[in-house]
Amino acid sequence: MTRYIGARVVQLIVIIFFISVVAFLLVHLLPGDPTVSILGPNDTVQARAELLRQLGLNKPLPVQYWTWISNVFHGNLGISFLTHQTVSNAIGVAFPIDLELIIVSQLMAFLVSVPLALAAALRPNAILDRVATTSTYGMLAIPTFVVAVVLVLVVAVKIHLFPATGYNPIAQGIGPNLRSVLLPSISLALGSVAIYYRLLRADLIATLQEDFITMARAKGLSTRYIMLRHALRPSSFALLAGAGLSIGSLFTGAFVVELLFQLPGIGFQLIAAINSRDYLVVQGMALVAAIAYVVINFGVDVLFTFLDPRVRRG
Amino acid sequence: MAEIGTVAGAVEHARGFESLQGLAEPAPVVVEHRSGLGAVFWICFAWVALMMLLAIFASLLPLTNPDYQNYAVVNTGPSLHHLLGTDDLGRDLLSRIIFGSRVSFVIGFASVGIALLCGGALGLLAGYRGGWTDNILNAGSLVILAFPALLAILVIEAFWLPRTLLKLTIIFAVAGTPSLFRVIRATTLSFANREFVVAARTMGATTWRILFRELLPNVVPAAVSFALIGVAVAIILEGSLAFLGLSVSLPTASLGNIINEGVTNNLLQVNPIIALWPSIYIFLLLVALNLMADRLRSRFDVRAGNL
Repeated sequence: MTRYIGARVVQLIVIIFFISVVAFLLVHLLPGDPTVSILGPNDTVQARAELLRQLGLNKPLPVQYWTWISNVFHGNLGISFLTHQTVSNAIGVAFPIDLELIIVSQLMAFLVSVPLALAAALRPNAILDRVATTSTYGMLAIPTFVVAVVLVLVVAVKIHLFPATGYNPIAQGIGPNLRSVLLPSISLALGSVAIYYRLLRADLIATLQEDFITMARAKGLSTRYIMLRHALRPSSFALLAGAGLSIGSLFTGAFVVELLFQLPGIGFQLIAAINSRDYLVVQGMALVAAIAYVVINFGVDVLFTFLDPRVRRG
Repeated sequence: MAEIGTVAGAVEHARGFESLQGLAEPAPVVVEHRSGLGAVFWICFAWVALMMLLAIFASLLPLTNPDYQNYAVVNTGPSLHHLLGTDDLGRDLLSRIIFGSRVSFVIGFASVGIALLCGGALGLLAGYRGGWTDNILNAGSLVILAFPALLAILVIEAFWLPRTLLKLTIIFAVAGTPSLFRVIRATTLSFANREFVVAARTMGATTWRILFRELLPNVVPAAVSFALIGVAVAIILEGSLAFLGLSVSLPTASLGNIINEGVTNNLLQVNPIIALWPSIYIFLLLVALNLMADRLRSRFDVRAGNL
């Protein structure tokens, strides 16, 4: 067990190191530099060179990388070239928004998909299964931005039930806060519902053919008990792996919804930073998003070892 | 959108999780073995093929120029002259959608095709050779996969101007290669030590022959079914980027930017059909692609756990 987790942690550190290098190179090797957005397009060449020197951007790339990464190890992600806000501060503001969006949307997705998959897998090809499975094809085929637009039009503009855009922090009360994330969460949850339902349903159907289920039936256990205690656990691997990937990618992947609903999360801020060539903000946020992605998937892998002891010995 | 990318990811992750291999022994799943792919598959195939032909031969069809603004017919509903109606600038929507779909098709199919060729060749090699080749390629693919692809796409797009179809296709192809590599590698692994491969090797077949004559035909169903999902993901991602104005530069029509034009300036309430038609188009296209992938999977018994 300890050896397994130890090996995975080493793998984790190597991957995060590579991600930091890629994030750094990605912004530095591509054309364009932040002086244009700081000084405007019409400033002199000398002023540009001076600013580059001040920002330390004239040094060789390995030196710049070293400066950056050693500061990161001291908890200092740098200061935004444009807003002069510290990057960790900007992340501290943006990150909770993503966290809330992810928690609310994934809760919705699980609450819908798990019971639906359990009910559908019990009687494959029955009416419920057919309707649910067919509608998941639909859910997969509607782009998130279309869902978001329709939701805004119907719920926010026509019925005035929810605010159309903008974010209310929790400080303004739980009610307004939840109302501002509900529509974006629904748009995000829809795709997850379809994926989780299909992964769980397929595995449940396979599990229900196994001998130990027949055994449990022969013992006269109730269907509910068999489904929840015998079948669900061994069928949840693909579901959890899918959820890990989905949740991890939402830290940057929610940007469409964040832009549409004007929620200043990581994805939203990243696009602004990318457009103004705010290197340190892009690098810092990319690093944090990538670490979140890797760590969540690591968590899922560790979860597997609890779900199935055989993995530990693997 | 991003979520859909994870269907693909999840499926292979379930397999990529090496320690699980061997645990997930195929349960005796009842698979209906029909002789062919079924009517659903061919209907979807016909639909996608028809849409592709329309996109390819768009300039030969009797369509008005997609950018021609006819102010006599602004915001009209469907009519004989404009089968799907016109937008707020009097442009023909049918023509705009058909020309706009070219962007989706090129990015969807060309990028996944390139990714399939590169990832497929490397995957076959890594899966069959094993050893160092496999270790290095595998580690490389894991590192690329762990980096948020969307982020890379956004950064590259923002810096590598102007955005052209070719550049977008290349970016999408690079982003898709590691996923396809992993699927094909895993599928190859499951065939690499089967009797027929060992037999071929014993008879002195060259590595090339084993790769392309013995292994490739067995890997194709899984690869194609996975690639179709990849095409769907690429099309939806391009749509989202176009919707945000981050795809091919205007005025080139693409499905995403037609939808964007249809929802800005309160147009959704004045003339909802501008956004409606391209949304329906994307919907039908993606349903068809997903159904095709699904039929292929069940026909060739490509089980998620086996990838």
